Amino acid sequence: MEHGSYTDLSKSTFSLMDEDHTFANSVRFTLNQDPRVTFCGYSIPHPSENRVNVRVQTTGDPACEVLKDGCQDLMLMCQHVRNTFEKAVNDFKTSKTEDHMDI
Amino acid sequence: MSESDDSMSEIDAQEQNHSNGVGGGIPDYIMNLDNIPAKLPTHLELHKTRVICNIDAPQHTDPINYSGAYAALGVDNSVRLDNFCQNFKVEVKRFTDEDIEFDMIGIDPAIANAFRRILIAEVPTMAIERVYIANNTSLIQDEVLAHRLGLIPINADPKLFEYPDNAGGENNEKNTIVFKLHVHCVKGQPRITVKSDALKWLPNGSELIADDTKPNAESKPKTFTSFRDNHDSKKKFAKNPPAPKNLDIILAKLGPGQEIELEAHAVKGIGKTHAKWSPVATAWYRMLPEVVLMEDVVDEMAEELVSKCPAKVFDIEDIGEGRRRARVVNARACTLCRECIREKESEDGADKKEKESEDGADKAIVIKKKEWEDLISLRRVKDHFIFTIESTGAISPDVLFTEAVKILEDKCERVITELS
Repeated sequence: MEHGSYTDLSKSTFSLMDEDHTFANSVRFTLNQDPRVTFCGYSIPHPSENRVNVRVQTTGDPACEVLKDGCQDLMLMCQHVRNTFEKAVNDFKTSKTEDHMDI
Repeated sequence: MSESDDSMSEIDAQEQNHSNGVGGGIPDYIMNLDNIPAKLPTHLELHKTRVICNIDAPQHTDPINYSGAYAALGVDNSVRLDNFCQNFKVEVKRFTDEDIEFDMIGIDPAIANAFRRILIAEVPTMAIERVYIANNTSLIQDEVLAHRLGLIPINADPKLFEYPDNAGGENNEKNTIVFKLHVHCVKGQPRITVKSDALKWLPNGSELIADDTKPNAESKPKTFTSFRDNHDSKKKFAKNPPAPKNLDIILAKLGPGQEIELEAHAVKGIGKTHAKWSPVATAWYRMLPEVVLMEDVVDEMAEELVSKCPAKVFDIEDIGEGRRRARVVNARACTLCRECIREKESEDGADKKEKESEDGADKAIVIKKKEWEDLISLRRVKDHFIFTIESTGAISPDVLFTEAVKILEDKCERVITELS
């Protein structure tokens, strides 16, 4: 859900259900890296409610698009992390078996 | 000498190209000026990349995320995806069936922490959720026994199962694993210990009759599960039938004449609901410690340093002429206990007062105190994480991490679809 104004699309608060610090903090990080973002922060209005509010203010681009890009960036980062990790584990496994063969 | 000069000029040229190409909003003529620094000054770089652990408190603890944090210096602080991909590294240090330790280099704490949180609370596993007790004459109470059963790690791949809410309250072969436990201690025999290996998998579902009403002669009596004929799932589990991961977990002890008969139903869930579904014993990370000797520490001082470090971070090397110098050999082992830079405690209150009267001696102590803190700089590298995952055994730790990363990707995807 998006709370913003119709006239100024560059500032919005997004209310995300069923999310917590895990997602909100990561996306806050990626948004802060985006040069188009002037302000980004999140809050959990009540601890027993499964909801986070993410505030995004930009230099002019629609906040919704910038948030989407932030999520996209985070997703690509995750994919890269996963591939690198899998490769590192495979490398480790092969080096281990080689060690055994030496013995 | 000339070689290094060449490489330096090469780097300079690259940097200029870089700033020309990627300059973006900044006009080129500004970027071409001589006094635009391409890199942060060293002290700022240090504050950005290291936590400095002083004797009183750590300094510069927060990560500097904002893309325009150094805009006044003309330094772009934003992390581009290709930049991240270039710098990100993973090095596996230890890998067994139960745990993995690896270094994640070049990632922000926000994301490393997201992985940790997901590992603990959001990666699904199977755990016993419902226990139907037909008979329990042992000392252990029904509810305590049920709780103990719930905490047993179940060796079954959660990807082969669905969440129970998907089936609309029906317990079928897609969402439930049924175990039977029936143990009896014969009168006159010694006490027996019931271990988790007594749990036997029932591939055809529950055997307990759910209704008190008399079953019809034609239809089968209603049980607590409604399993269909499941040749597929039996085949699926032929190699690796669902069972407790550890077969030597003590569940109860039975005296002569006591008996336990029950059925335990395991379902899929996540650690957020209850810790029994958490696939890890623990998952944690720490930042890489860095120990730097600011000046040479020699002779007696070196020996003192080596002996007072409980983590054996330092070692002594000979530098000729009978002199010895301290050297950092294992910074990774440093726990940042700060014992090496701690001020001396040998003087208690009364002693101190005496010393204060003797001006010269007091000054000597003050100098000594200052020295250790100035000699050694303890730091942590902000973007280097030593990540450890201890699995409960049901899922291999490397699979756990990949699953966790996938879950974060799914979250992103969900938000993107919701926004568009």
